[in-house]
Amino acid sequence: MGVRNTILNIEGLKVHFDTLDGTSRVLDGVELSVREGEVVGLVGETGCGKSITAKTILRSLPVPPGRIIEGEILFLGDNLLELSREEGHQVMSKKMSYIPQDPMTSLNPVFSVGEEMGDLIRWHGRRRLGPLELMGLRRKHDNSIAKAVELLDRVKIPAPREIIRRYPVELSGGMRQRVLIAMALIGYSSLLIADEPTTALDVTIQKGILELIEEKVKEEELSVLYITHNLGVARRLCDRIYVMYAGTIAETAKTQDLLDNPKHPYTSGLISSIPKLTGDEFKGIDGRIPDYIDPPSGCRFHPRCPEVMEICEQEKPELVKVGGGRLVACHLFSTGGES
Amino acid sequence: MFGRYLAKRLPYMMLVLFGISLLIFFLARVMPGDPARLALGPEATQEQVQALRHRLGLDQPLYTQYYVFVKGLLKGELGMSLVTKRDVSKDLIQRLPATLELVAVAMTIAILGGIPLGMLSALHKDRTIDQLSRVFAFAGVSFPRFWIGIMFQIGIAYTLGLLPITGRISGDPPAHMTGLYLLDSVLTRDLAAFMDSFKHMVLPAVTLSLSPLAQITRLIRASMIEELRKDYTIVSRTIGMPENLNIYKYMLKNAFTATLTVIGLLVGWLIGNAFIVEQVFSWPGMARYGVNSVLRNDFNAVVGVTLVIGVGYVFINFIVDLLYGYLDPRIRLKK
Ligand SMILES: Nc1ncnc2c1ncn2[C@@H]1O[C@H](COP(=O)(O)OP(=O)(O)OP(=O)(O)O)[C@@H](O)[C@H]1O
Ligand code: SF4
Ligand SMILES: [Mg+2]
Repeated sequence: MGVRNTILNIEGLKVHFDTLDGTSRVLDGVELSVREGEVVGLVGETGCGKSITAKTILRSLPVPPGRIIEGEILFLGDNLLELSREEGHQVMSKKMSYIPQDPMTSLNPVFSVGEEMGDLIRWHGRRRLGPLELMGLRRKHDNSIAKAVELLDRVKIPAPREIIRRYPVELSGGMRQRVLIAMALIGYSSLLIADEPTTALDVTIQKGILELIEEKVKEEELSVLYITHNLGVARRLCDRIYVMYAGTIAETAKTQDLLDNPKHPYTSGLISSIPKLTGDEFKGIDGRIPDYIDPPSGCRFHPRCPEVMEICEQEKPELVKVGGGRLVACHLFSTGGES
Repeated sequence: MFGRYLAKRLPYMMLVLFGISLLIFFLARVMPGDPARLALGPEATQEQVQALRHRLGLDQPLYTQYYVFVKGLLKGELGMSLVTKRDVSKDLIQRLPATLELVAVAMTIAILGGIPLGMLSALHKDRTIDQLSRVFAFAGVSFPRFWIGIMFQIGIAYTLGLLPITGRISGDPPAHMTGLYLLDSVLTRDLAAFMDSFKHMVLPAVTLSLSPLAQITRLIRASMIEELRKDYTIVSRTIGMPENLNIYKYMLKNAFTATLTVIGLLVGWLIGNAFIVEQVFSWPGMARYGVNSVLRNDFNAVVGVTLVIGVGYVFINFIVDLLYGYLDPRIRLKK
């Protein structure tokens, strides 16, 4: 396997939120890249900024209160942050797909599953419809409903023909999540951003979904940014993993390297806090993610770090190469430390 | 599913109607002043007043009067009007269509104008078009209706001579079918009568529609802005829903549903406020009749008018409830 092209590259992304208590400095220079056909995990405890990263890529950050301070998101040659609303929509709807985190609020409550999926299938990739199409008068005699049923079947929904007529209120969280996964699979795309897509699913179904994603990756050279707080799931699926802490990238490495030989103290903590590397919940290290309005100086992890040094409180560690395609942001590695 | 929903609402509606009839009846009887004395004037003798009281049944105990009232109601009678000396139901049948037509046209203007204006405002939030529509909405609610009506009369009708100043029609009314001139003239293919009554309709209907139009604009604007931030809107846009379909179908249905309850209340408001417009434009409607009845203590007429308004109100809100259940599965599917 040769060197594959980078399709998504994020540099120095800073996102703040204006809240009543002050400016919340959530993303503090996120660096992240995804290559063609690569499955990349983004792992970190709750509140560390995974979803905000995803939303910023997808141009769906709520502004206000959110604010993109600086940074660059290159996707297939375009700087997403500089595109107009129209251009952005065009790129996104054709080349990106998204499975949102919250299945309870992500489906329109007043339309049936089939209605919404039907439109998505029928009109996929169109930015605007003509007036007749808009009024539903010119519905191509199409097989969109059949295709919807087929997609629902692929995400292991029982009785898809029945589900198609149902409204979101009638479906459980797990069902809705699978409907959303099916929607994300409509049409061809280059990058799938999946934000905790299997949290509400039981283990067998979760396994089926992961297999489905793997299949798409193989067949269509799909790239995936897979967000999860579950290292076990990330290990199964991902080629490479980013560990995120409090709005910064702590470390990235190939999955196996990361798990066998974690470099960043936070990664070590993450791994040792998992009883066994299967599907169990992540327990966490002592302490919690810091306050974003008044974050710790220097390395944001220093109040919880077992290896904290003097410099850690003063200087923010840069993300540096440590060999083997690995990057780590920690003072233990930045200046002649072990590498 | 829908039938069950309907079956649940119907008995409730009957109960409300019964309550209304009871309330209106007793309120009208305790209005100050003796209707018989007022009708006959200060010259009449005590005996004459007593005789009229007897004829009207006012000397009976209240429950007997209510019994007689309900018995008449079931036969479609509302009792004699002291002013027109006819059964109130006849007076109402003559005047009701004029008011209904006015209110229906005003409501149509308010809905058909308010929805696009509100959407435009929301989609161009804080830009010029939004500012303008907000100023307009504010003006629409704050200016008194009689003042707007008179301004229209002076400006458009009198000075420019574009439209008639008062009345419902100048020539012959179309052949009577429903009593709604616009509808009747369409049904009988009477173009002259249609144009005639249409011209008369414009100013009163626009005057009456301004406040509800403004309120609907504001509501649609607010709920569309909310819809724009909803997770499902963002998700469907992100996964490839055409932008205008997302707005005009997916967001609008939610926004409209959120506005529906208020639209029901606005119809009630329109009926209640029609009398000002009817007064200004000499519109031969029921609301004007109602106000005159109150001033003259014509108690049967007061009861009749109030009853019709009450029934209309209940009926509209029943329709709104049905529509609501139809549009929003969360309501319909609740057991
Ligand atoms: N609308 C908002 N206003 C203010 N702060 C926000 C807003 N949305 C997110 N945040 C802040 O950003 C931080 C990161 O949120 P994010 O949703 O990205 O977390 P996450 O890593 O996805 O967590 P989880 O695993 O729970 O989904 C949160 O701690 C929160 O304080
Ligand atoms: S920089 Fe310092 S505080 Fe931060 S992880 Fe490394 S050792 Fe710990
Ligand atoms: Mg999240």
